[in-house]
Amino acid sequence: MVRYEGKTVITLNVNGQPHEVMVRPADLLLDVLREQLGLTGAKPGCKNGDCGACTVIIDGWPAKSCLVLAVEAEGHVILTVEGLEGKAPIQKSFVKDNAFQCGYCTSGFLMVCHALQMQHPDMPEEHVIEEWLQSNICRCTSYQEIRRAVHGMYNNKGL
Amino acid sequence: MIPCDVVYYRPGTLMEAYEAYRLLQIEGKKPLYYAGGSEIITMSRAGSIRPSAIVDIKRIPECMLLSANDEGLHIGSACTLNQIKESRLFPLLGSSCGRIADHTNQCRITLGGNLCGTIIYRETSLPLLLSDARVSLFGSQGMRTVPFQSVFHGRMRLKPSEVVVQIHVPGWALKAPFFHVKHTTNEKIDYPLVSAAALWKDGNMRIAFSGLCSYPFRSSKIEAVLNDWSMPVSARVDKAAELLPEEPYSDVEGSGEYRLFVLKNMLHALLEDYTNGKI
Repeated sequence: MVRYEGKTVITLNVNGQPHEVMVRPADLLLDVLREQLGLTGAKPGCKNGDCGACTVIIDGWPAKSCLVLAVEAEGHVILTVEGLEGKAPIQKSFVKDNAFQCGYCTSGFLMVCHALQMQHPDMPEEHVIEEWLQSNICRCTSYQEIRRAVHGMYNNKGL
Repeated sequence: MIPCDVVYYRPGTLMEAYEAYRLLQIEGKKPLYYAGGSEIITMSRAGSIRPSAIVDIKRIPECMLLSANDEGLHIGSACTLNQIKESRLFPLLGSSCGRIADHTNQCRITLGGNLCGTIIYRETSLPLLLSDARVSLFGSQGMRTVPFQSVFHGRMRLKPSEVVVQIHVPGWALKAPFFHVKHTTNEKIDYPLVSAAALWKDGNMRIAFSGLCSYPFRSSKIEAVLNDWSMPVSARVDKAAELLPEEPYSDVEGSGEYRLFVLKNMLHALLEDYTNGKI
């Protein structure tokens, strides 16, 4: 049985690379990604699981990293927005459709949309897209542009 | 981070989990079984709880099972709401799971966590109350499997150190006609004003509610009235609304009076739909 108390070194698989980090069991994945690995793409917003700005992808599914302990992410495959390397179809689609204003929510939306495409390689029904997008909040209200970008991701493959 | 020091345990077997939890309790610690963790993390951050240890059950194979066979459906307590919904094995439960929190959180929140958490709605309990589901629990006597209704009275009533392992749903319930609706005050993603689930067996409707009172419930008295086809629909609805087990819940989302108003409209629509063959 694994038991962690106090500071412990664990290995996290982030963006295809193993990373050793020193964590306490109470540390959130969001904080470890940002403060120890310098991966600041996941944003702290509400830190209550409501806004989605901190969304990353764990084992192919979106996860709000403010609601994940770093220790429980051990052994899982974590993808952050930095891991998309600017090449994901949704990133190109966001630029094409101006799907952001202030940009604070953008990385979270990108990760949800990228996970959507991972799970649904072909365009799903509209209610599925809506359901996935409802996990995130954009206070600049770029919702129409974001939805258009998702359609663009499927129709144009982001090109 | 969450503002308290916790010790993290990740057992690989039920016995390891139970023993770790039991010993922590003997030591005077405040352990919690941990699966999705959403509620534990948010409540710890807010200072509502201060667990000193968490026992993560997500690597225990029995808790991760999700399979159907001739007997019915078996769902591990650490299965996420999204896994249950995507499996499409029990459409009524899938519908309930699909209306709890948002999609991303549904990928984390587990069945066991929703049933055992402190948030009063516990909407996944409704399909289980209706379907003669059974629950497997692991504790001092090893595994015991009992009717879900015998340990769920508004919330799970477990023995000390006991952990929920699996839910078993009989085959008939997986294919039975059903109805599910969740009414909220404003946003689609919110706590319920009234959430209702109904399942038909042998032509009789079974119905359970969340949000209507301070705990989820199934009422045989309400079912008897709603199944009395000698009465007109409006009379049945009015009579059913008088049979709540306690005063309707009242909070910032809606007054008790408003919840009753929503309930009556919902029951009207339900009975009309059933009469017209839409269910």
